[in-house]
Amino acid sequence: MSESWPTIHFIVNGKACAVQAPPMKRLLDVLREDLRLTGTKEGCGEGECGSCSVRMNGELVNSCLVPVLQVGGSDVQTVEGLAMSGKLHPLQQAFLNSGGAQCGICTPGMLMAAAQLIDQNPHPNMAQIREGLAGNLCRCTGFMRIFESVLAATTHTPDPAPEESQHAR
Amino acid sequence: MNLTTKNRIVGSSAPRKEGADKLLGRARYIDDIQREGMWFGSTVRSTIPRGLIRSIGFDRRINWSEITVVTAADIPGENHIQLIFADQPCLADGQVNHCDEAILLIAHPDKHKLRDAINAVHIEYETLPPIFTIEESERQDQIVWGKDNLIKSFLLEKGDVNSVWESAAHIVEGEYRTGAQEHLYIENNGIIAEWSAENGVTVWGSLQCPYYVHKTLIKVFDLPDDKVRVIQTETGGAFGGKEDYPSTLASHAALLAMKSRHVVKMVYDRMEDLAATTKRHPSRTRHRTALDKDGKLLAMEIDLATDGGAYATLSSTVLSRATLHAPGPYSCPNVRISAKSWATNNVPYGAFRGFGAPQTIFALERHMDEIACALGIDPLELRRRNFLHIGDTTATEQLMREPLIMDQLLERALKESDYHARRARFARENHTSAVKRGIGIACFYHGSGFTGSGERILNSLAGVDVSPEGKVRVLVSNTEFGQGTNTVLTQIAAEAIGIDYDDITMATADTGLVPNSGPTVASRTVMVVGRLIERAGLQLIATLREQAGLGNKFTREEFFAACERLRADKGEVVALVRYEAPPGIFWDDDKYRGEAYPSYAWSVHIAQVAVDTVTFQAEVEEFWAVQEVGRVLNPVLATGQIEGGIAQGIGYALYEKVVMQNGHMANNQMTNYIIPTAEDVPPIHVFFEEIPFKHGGYGAKGIGELPHDGPAPAIVNAIKDATGVSFHSIPLLPEDLFAQMAARESAEAGDPGNWPSSTGWKESIAL
Repeated sequence: MSESWPTIHFIVNGKACAVQAPPMKRLLDVLREDLRLTGTKEGCGEGECGSCSVRMNGELVNSCLVPVLQVGGSDVQTVEGLAMSGKLHPLQQAFLNSGGAQCGICTPGMLMAAAQLIDQNPHPNMAQIREGLAGNLCRCTGFMRIFESVLAATTHTPDPAPEESQHAR
Repeated sequence: MNLTTKNRIVGSSAPRKEGADKLLGRARYIDDIQREGMWFGSTVRSTIPRGLIRSIGFDRRINWSEITVVTAADIPGENHIQLIFADQPCLADGQVNHCDEAILLIAHPDKHKLRDAINAVHIEYETLPPIFTIEESERQDQIVWGKDNLIKSFLLEKGDVNSVWESAAHIVEGEYRTGAQEHLYIENNGIIAEWSAENGVTVWGSLQCPYYVHKTLIKVFDLPDDKVRVIQTETGGAFGGKEDYPSTLASHAALLAMKSRHVVKMVYDRMEDLAATTKRHPSRTRHRTALDKDGKLLAMEIDLATDGGAYATLSSTVLSRATLHAPGPYSCPNVRISAKSWATNNVPYGAFRGFGAPQTIFALERHMDEIACALGIDPLELRRRNFLHIGDTTATEQLMREPLIMDQLLERALKESDYHARRARFARENHTSAVKRGIGIACFYHGSGFTGSGERILNSLAGVDVSPEGKVRVLVSNTEFGQGTNTVLTQIAAEAIGIDYDDITMATADTGLVPNSGPTVASRTVMVVGRLIERAGLQLIATLREQAGLGNKFTREEFFAACERLRADKGEVVALVRYEAPPGIFWDDDKYRGEAYPSYAWSVHIAQVAVDTVTFQAEVEEFWAVQEVGRVLNPVLATGQIEGGIAQGIGYALYEKVVMQNGHMANNQMTNYIIPTAEDVPPIHVFFEEIPFKHGGYGAKGIGELPHDGPAPAIVNAIKDATGVSFHSIPLLPEDLFAQMAARESAEAGDPGNWPSSTGWKESIAL
């Protein structure tokens, strides 16, 4: 049966790849099963939680809603493509410093949404951050640390943690 | 990052131990793991809430020869999930007691073929009448559990409540209800299981308590301890939802592995996880409270009932914690609490962050506002007049020995929120606005660790060892699922031993590798297990000094050289320590009297809420949380715990409604079970007051559950402040607000002096 499946060519994290798969197979499953890029997570399978967010041709998409047929010729970026030359992406570093990741399951999708946001708006304010991340659910953090992480990554001072001042020592 | 002892690792915001792996997408959750020749498992579930299984048919259009089918008859040992009572079958055998109960398991090498196979199993039932509410269970309309539907009851008595009703200046009554709540961890439940005649059962999975799963598997498979091994994989959220359910799923996957002779993976999709796994217990709490003319509490009579669902699971211990948190942080000479958990034909309810406390704290803190209103005194003043202080006793007659600063927490919360100015402003502005604003408060405690004698019974063992490769390992069965176990226990070990954070690793939570340091529940990990790691680290250093010539001051190289000398001499470098109860702890399980918890975390929450009287949407605009949690060992992680718990509490109050239809969750999708998003969560301001607890790991108390306790009552009190309407139940979605506010408006139009009180508190003045 597999012989009849089309071969779909696209770019993932800067590398060309070819996948032979049923055309309606979800991009999420192609990434995770065919390409073994398991950083992209499934949370709901219906485009509500954003855990499977990846960037496709400069747009943020829920990869659970994208049939792989639509991906032909596209440029896809996943969480595995964020860190460059062995260093954490500034967003990843900020999430680490500011407590933006807890259980970590929403984190890859959250990072892709944040990367999309700051590409379009390098210095977002709080309202813009909230809007930019509104399609990505986190159940652990209450979002405050995530907002702070994104703010920290988009300001020049490398050391965030303004919340320290709130603690009675 | 290199953190040395000079910086004091404990108390610093050390970066999350496994953080980089999570941020790079490298962390391996259960569904990320592929095994050669692995099959996939799925579950055939009951479509009715109660009945007898008359026949199971298999549609011939499916080639069953390539599918493994497991029924109760395939279970080699006991058909029970071992928890507190052995009442819950691993697979239904002849009878089902709730919708979505597992009846039969199937496995196939192609996961895409499973759905057709499930649809090709036809089960015929003889239906029995189900019951779904606490009231139906109390009335014993049907007996669905034991001889009377009663899973567990507690009676807690202090003084004599009956002695004060006649002489009291005020008596205020009220009834309060809370709904079910889904954990909605973003990673669904999942297990991979392997079976062999030689090695027995090995399971990997998303879980909180490896030794709980171990306890069930040895019984289901009738195997000795050392033939069952349970290994936690990276776990994407739990919140109590992976405390007991993984024991069921692990049994299922392992049964399929045994029968198919293949490694089997079972990972639920969202709809199955929502429909079939545990949720927070719905509750009903009735208060009858007597006060003197100055608003001092004279008697609290509390009647609590929870819906336990079809099987006992953890309902008895949830009820216990609900009972012990029902009287709140107040001093009262006469208390009577009668608590009962009732069985129904709902999917069993289970552990969820707070473990019964959010239910009874909602009732009490709403009731305190109703009392204040009835007596015509300020809700803050009512609380101040009744706060527990050092030297007072709780409802269990536990003497408060440690510093207790509720007054200070309240004052800090009022100051940080600018409470009085805001309240005055809203009172001015609300008259001319369709959006009514209000501000509400909740004061509460959360007991840290297992209840009463629980920690002594657990008798946890934990420690540290040093590998020949030069890594110190923390040996605990406590798991990381986002809260920060890995990071904080590593900080404690680094502090105790006096070496770098980066020289310490966490051993995998693998029952074949780590001792049983108890479950990762009850806000116990940092306080109880952290203390064990502190002691183990100090013991290791003492041993190295006495037996391997380690100096008083040492470098990293000197430490590891001493470790190798000890290894050459003794064969290993390890320090294990066992739990020791703090002195003077007394607990009577029969009378429910004594030291209910070794320590308490204390908190005050303030919520600012806006209610739109056109759309009937209530929105939390800002939130303040002040708490005393002992010493804060990692400020960034601790703050994140508080903020995350508050967001869940906001969901509990205003967004999250489990809709049941004939015993099945009807809204079992993220599309219509709504949790707060980035646009819904308000700015949350978190403040700590630190009073180190001398028996906790470097002074820490429990923190994980505390923040879920306060938001719901603070928010609903704020709604009362905004609208003048008393709501006595949660969740409050717009349709719920509409129903009651519209009723009040029509009543106002007819008779403005006689507003309906929701479920009705009443006040009577003694003659």
